[in-house]
Amino acid sequence: MAQIFSQTETRRFYWIVALGLLLALTGMSAAHFMEGHGHVVTGMNNQIVWGIPHVFAIFMIIAASGVLNIAAIGSVFGKAVYKPRAPLAGMLSIALLAGGLFVLMLDLGRPDRVIVAATHFNATSVFAWNLPLYSGLFTLVAIYMWVLLEQRMHGWIKPIGLVVFTWRIMLTTGTGLIFAFLVARQAYGSALLPPLFIVMSFGWGLAVFHVVQSTMYYWNNKIQDPIILRRLKNLMGVFIIATLFLVAVYHLTNLYFAKQAAFEHFILLDGGIYPELFWAGYVVLGSLLPLLLIFHPRLGKIRCVVSASMLVILGAFSLLYVLIIGGQAFPLAIFPGYAVNSSFADGQISNYSPSLPEILLGLGGLAIAFLLTSIGVRVLNSLLPNDSITQPKQSTH
Amino acid sequence: MSDKVNLDRRQFLGTASAAIAGFAIAPGLFLYDFANARPTGGAASAGVRWGMLIDSTLCQSSCNDCVSACNKEHDLPAAKSPTDVQWIRKVELKQISTGRQISLPMMCLHCAEPPCVDVCPTQASFKRADGIVLVDKHRCIGCRYCMMACPYKARSFVHEAVLSHDGEMPRGQGTVESCTLCDHRVDRGEQPACVEACAKAGHSAMLFGDLNNPDSEIYRRVRSVASTQLRADLGLNPNISFVGL
Repeated sequence: MAQIFSQTETRRFYWIVALGLLLALTGMSAAHFMEGHGHVVTGMNNQIVWGIPHVFAIFMIIAASGVLNIAAIGSVFGKAVYKPRAPLAGMLSIALLAGGLFVLMLDLGRPDRVIVAATHFNATSVFAWNLPLYSGLFTLVAIYMWVLLEQRMHGWIKPIGLVVFTWRIMLTTGTGLIFAFLVARQAYGSALLPPLFIVMSFGWGLAVFHVVQSTMYYWNNKIQDPIILRRLKNLMGVFIIATLFLVAVYHLTNLYFAKQAAFEHFILLDGGIYPELFWAGYVVLGSLLPLLLIFHPRLGKIRCVVSASMLVILGAFSLLYVLIIGGQAFPLAIFPGYAVNSSFADGQISNYSPSLPEILLGLGGLAIAFLLTSIGVRVLNSLLPNDSITQPKQSTH
Repeated sequence: MSDKVNLDRRQFLGTASAAIAGFAIAPGLFLYDFANARPTGGAASAGVRWGMLIDSTLCQSSCNDCVSACNKEHDLPAAKSPTDVQWIRKVELKQISTGRQISLPMMCLHCAEPPCVDVCPTQASFKRADGIVLVDKHRCIGCRYCMMACPYKARSFVHEAVLSHDGEMPRGQGTVESCTLCDHRVDRGEQPACVEACAKAGHSAMLFGDLNNPDSEIYRRVRSVASTQLRADLGLNPNISFVGL
């Protein structure tokens, strides 16, 4: 052991674990506080029923699926340079999914009854469909990692990789369908959402992978191959553009339907925090600036790619906040053609400001993902391959 | 000698285990028997379709009696904040093109195709054979997906502990609830509390009855006056419809 890790690395590892544990425990305490006092201590109410915990949870679940792209490129599409990265992608996927589900479950009104979800299955519920999809992904990725790390099983990498790839597409489709199947609200009920979620997962997964990979390489004193990073950053750029395209199509189709015009006006122009987050958070900081950092001829170095990735993650949170909370803040069209008023906020824009406990719960989920990844990288040393640095060729840009 | 002692001990342990198991399981068996005395759902008939016709031309803007009656019947606190539950609410409408003003009560419309039942992961949201849509409060995990799916904002989430409760329907923190169409009264052959209160106030804007029964008043009324199903475009076929919209 002493030969593998230096004393400084070991000390750093324990500090990282301590930090992760502290944050995870804070998240659990916040959930305990919410369970004890009820959701009245959150910013959620009977109009905004899903809040910031869902933004965290859905981000992590989408990224958990997207991060497997690295593995798919290596195992399914046969690009040899990515193969050594597949185990780290698998580990990250498990960690992010665990973090996301941690938040989702502890935000339930009755988290103690979560077993009911497994014993009373409703075949028409997308939520219920997602449960086997989540547990299936855990199992499949665990098998996939075993096949990757066990020399004798290498013959199975491609078929298992293909199953994992198919499963993760189904899982993200399921996540998109949670919203796509909601006929009631103007923001949802669109067949564009599942493909949008899949494209988002590609970009966000890569962004998380870049940040984690660079951090882990730095902490473990290893050097990344800049050629691989260059290829991956180009791929991330393509996914950022694809997400922007689908988001634009989603809003343009809404704008074309007169009945959706008021909602679009709210989300894109006069809805306060929502247009601000959409334009400044998602479009400018989360998409255009990362594209500049990635594709500008003078930029695109490791530091730029990591910064771009962090901005993509910021953009992801902004977009999800607009979609999930903005989508609920706009009043339901129960009485088209009428101005409405009631004691239950009919016809009014609903207010939401996240409270500390629910933010801590969300951060606790991220901490779980962070903790699992850090421990995984430490225990399974081969998660971080020693790159044989290739000299960059003049023509490959 | 020692063998005999061991045998006695074995017998003792066996008998004691059987007795403990018997004590532990027997109450469950008795409960099981009671639970089967009348099968769940046995009271609701698929031949019946309970519904309501709300005449907004008779509903008075100043009157809140249906809401008060509901709160009293189900022992619900009066709503003060956005986190408080509201099973029924009064809605004031103003037609944008004409300025015509309308007042009406709004609650769970007990859809024939309820999206809340479709999306509920645990089957806690369910529809009785007679069309009443309910939440099984012992099975609800509080995910609020039904609230996201309901186009009428009919459901509320219990955000705080329920410290005292004297209603027929169990209530509890962390679960979702909504209008039960006073199923406990309906099963006794009575009218829902809101309907009774509306008639008592002299408005009779709410007509309750069996939409399948040709002898019922509601059966005749829905066939003789123009009524509107809210968000009929969604095809949910609610059992509560409105006149005067």
